[in-house]
Amino acid sequence: MRSFVVLSRLAAVAALAVGLSLSPADAQELKIAVAADVTSIDPHFFNLFPNNNIAEHIFDKLVQMDPDSRMIPGLATSWKTVDDKTWEFKLRKGVKFTDGSELTADDVVFSINRVPNVPNSPGPFTAYTKAIQNIEVVDPYTLRFKYAAPYPLAPNDLSTIYIVSKKAATGATTEDFNSGKAALGSGRYKLVRYVNGDRIELVRNENYWGDKPAFEKVQFKIIKNEPARMAALLSGDVDAIEQPPTADLAKLKSDPKFTLTSKISHRVIYFNFDNLERSSPFVTAKDGKPLDKNPLLDVRVRRAISKAINRPAIAERVMEGQAIPSGQLVSEKLFGHNPALKPEPYDPEGAKKLLAEAGYPNGFNITIHGPAGRYVNDEKIVQAVAQMLSRVGIVSKVETAPMGPYSSRASKQEFSFHMVGWGASTGEASSPLRSLLATYNRDKGLGAVNWGRYSNPKVDYLIEQALQQVNDENRSIMLQRATDLAMADLGIMPIHFQFTMWATKKNVQYTPRTDEYTLAFQFKPVKG
Amino acid sequence: MLVYVIRRSMQSVVVLFAMSLLVFIGVYAIGNPIDILINPQADQIDRERAIAALGLDKPLWEQYAVFLKGALTGNLGKSFVHATPALGLILERMPATMELAIAAMVIAVALGIPLGLWAGLKPNGIAGRSIMAGSILGFSLPTFWVGLMLIMVFSVMLGWLPSNGRGPTTMLLGIIPVSFLSWDGLSHLIMPAVNLALFKLALLIRLTRAGTRESLMQDYVKFARAKGLTNGRVIGVHVLRNILIPIVTVIGLEFGSVIAFAIVTESVFAWPGMGKLLIDSINLLDRPVIVSYLLVIVALFIVINLAVDVLYSALDPRVRLSEAKG
Repeated sequence: MRSFVVLSRLAAVAALAVGLSLSPADAQELKIAVAADVTSIDPHFFNLFPNNNIAEHIFDKLVQMDPDSRMIPGLATSWKTVDDKTWEFKLRKGVKFTDGSELTADDVVFSINRVPNVPNSPGPFTAYTKAIQNIEVVDPYTLRFKYAAPYPLAPNDLSTIYIVSKKAATGATTEDFNSGKAALGSGRYKLVRYVNGDRIELVRNENYWGDKPAFEKVQFKIIKNEPARMAALLSGDVDAIEQPPTADLAKLKSDPKFTLTSKISHRVIYFNFDNLERSSPFVTAKDGKPLDKNPLLDVRVRRAISKAINRPAIAERVMEGQAIPSGQLVSEKLFGHNPALKPEPYDPEGAKKLLAEAGYPNGFNITIHGPAGRYVNDEKIVQAVAQMLSRVGIVSKVETAPMGPYSSRASKQEFSFHMVGWGASTGEASSPLRSLLATYNRDKGLGAVNWGRYSNPKVDYLIEQALQQVNDENRSIMLQRATDLAMADLGIMPIHFQFTMWATKKNVQYTPRTDEYTLAFQFKPVKG
Repeated sequence: MLVYVIRRSMQSVVVLFAMSLLVFIGVYAIGNPIDILINPQADQIDRERAIAALGLDKPLWEQYAVFLKGALTGNLGKSFVHATPALGLILERMPATMELAIAAMVIAVALGIPLGLWAGLKPNGIAGRSIMAGSILGFSLPTFWVGLMLIMVFSVMLGWLPSNGRGPTTMLLGIIPVSFLSWDGLSHLIMPAVNLALFKLALLIRLTRAGTRESLMQDYVKFARAKGLTNGRVIGVHVLRNILIPIVTVIGLEFGSVIAFAIVTESVFAWPGMGKLLIDSINLLDRPVIVSYLLVIVALFIVINLAVDVLYSALDPRVRLSEAKG
């Protein structure tokens, strides 16, 4: 048996060497190399991208997201508002957990109640459950969620909550999930083994209610190192990888043995300005002396900075074409996108003129901060922006740091002008608006990531109205208006939407997703 | 001897204590882990709750006191992101790193000492010169680059060896999971072990060569030859035994560093060891794991140094393990 494996590997290599196309890969097993570590299998313990990526396979949700981040029925077949404050969800009948027991309303209630009660959670899912005041079980297939105020985002929120089995998970700890004991779901795959820091093995759930995935067995291998991940694909050890290194894109595109797939992501890359009335910590006059007022408060200066940035050049050169310039918060297909808002055109002369008008004809000095290794080419983007600003007289220095220490400082307003990224994971513009552009307000839970402390009462008003507007059409208009106002102020300055990329062997095809997930059930074998 | 070991152990406790304090303050200074851990969509109140849940709202000294109290009972805290005890997490990964480190050391010793001896005995021969030239490469090529080149050649181009990961494990003596007992496991182990061994191999070649050259000039070697001993006995017993003393020290120290710094090799080959765990933990500012890892490594160094000292006295009867003064 073993020698057979070795032989078949040799045969495969030989086939590659003579340039033959491989027979459609063993349609049975799929190996995928992912870029980040999965810290737990407990789907309510830690709201972290790689963890959710695995949970998507094992557990199901009331509402699913299609590849374009639009909501589609999951465990719930339909949902509607009974009144402004009450949502009714109808459950799919006959859905079975992988132990054969039926999934009913009780499991849903149990899962939602479990969310705020997972001990020591470093990043809970409570943002999506806390607005729920109580849940009424009308019958085993009908649930009513009651909210204190009109609440349009119930389906969006519930598209993030994984449903676990009440029977298996009662009293279960996060460790019980990691060992597989409590990790019982109704998703497309079943957990076979979770080897911390190394791999996750899954096997197809033959009783899944919907379309069955093409591959029976799946192995996710965690390979964080970019060249190593790339080598794993080139050597044939894995069938697909996420986030191929940008430096290797040209090679991948020209190599007939591989396919490169990409899709615009829900993530916008943007800059925050310091909006505080103070001598901004990293802005000085040309002679290095501190300025007594913060020039970034002047919208003309902000506009000048925005005009000085050549977004198409960044998208083309720095990102190798894997980005699309942006003038707003969410990309085209997402709810609340405002088609009237175009990316700021590159206009260095206009920038100089505006700087002169604002009283800085010779510019000033600034240090730009950015994260290192968090977003695609993050450091290079910051460097490119610094060079572009220097050309219009704003002499720029760059400082970058890993995301941990970086975000600690950014959230304490220690920077003047810094880069961040935001993924609209609920699939609509309300997500960046309420977190990034609403005035920082602890009691209302608004502006939690408004690190620049931008504040405009009109924008706040529109956001708060939109968050209570159950009518989709009206809400969309309100979100567009709020975005329009905030962009006129340059509350934040968008650069681009990055693309998410996957590279696969020729005989495997991936349907790419806006939400950046790498989902095994979206891979299909193709004839090479 | 016993007194010596006890005294050393007590010193070690002080070192561990000082180390824990330094690391704790250092990690604290990097930043608040919640900023990176929590999902950005969470609001301010969720943030505060998460901070409180992990005990991060307390002042530094209080957090350290809580840690110390746990540490005295063998509990180094729970990982923030894995929700499992940090020490357990490290010990779970330790066999993989140990296997890699031991394999690398075996390669380095098994090749390094004979090659060094040869180069020392025949310094002007072609073989001797080639060995020395090769060792320069071993010294000067960066580990990550060599690792990637190995992958390029043996996995991508030739397709002989798997490019990453650890093979299937079997239980050795019923408790230690090892992968070198099956061909599949061994094929996963070869490249990372060679990659990790290269630098140590070069070091051992040079040390052995220098030691050999030096001792060949010594009177006792001349005397042994004059006594009419065979060449094999002169080199195998008299020369080798004497040059082994510095070599054992270096092997000991280097073994510690191989374990502690296998990080690069582990990440290039996606080897699921402790080094990879450390990097992941630093990226997520998972304090309990970072602190525990460094304490485990310090403890390891202490044990290895002690073992080297004891071995020393076995090799060289002149060295006495006593309460050395001054």
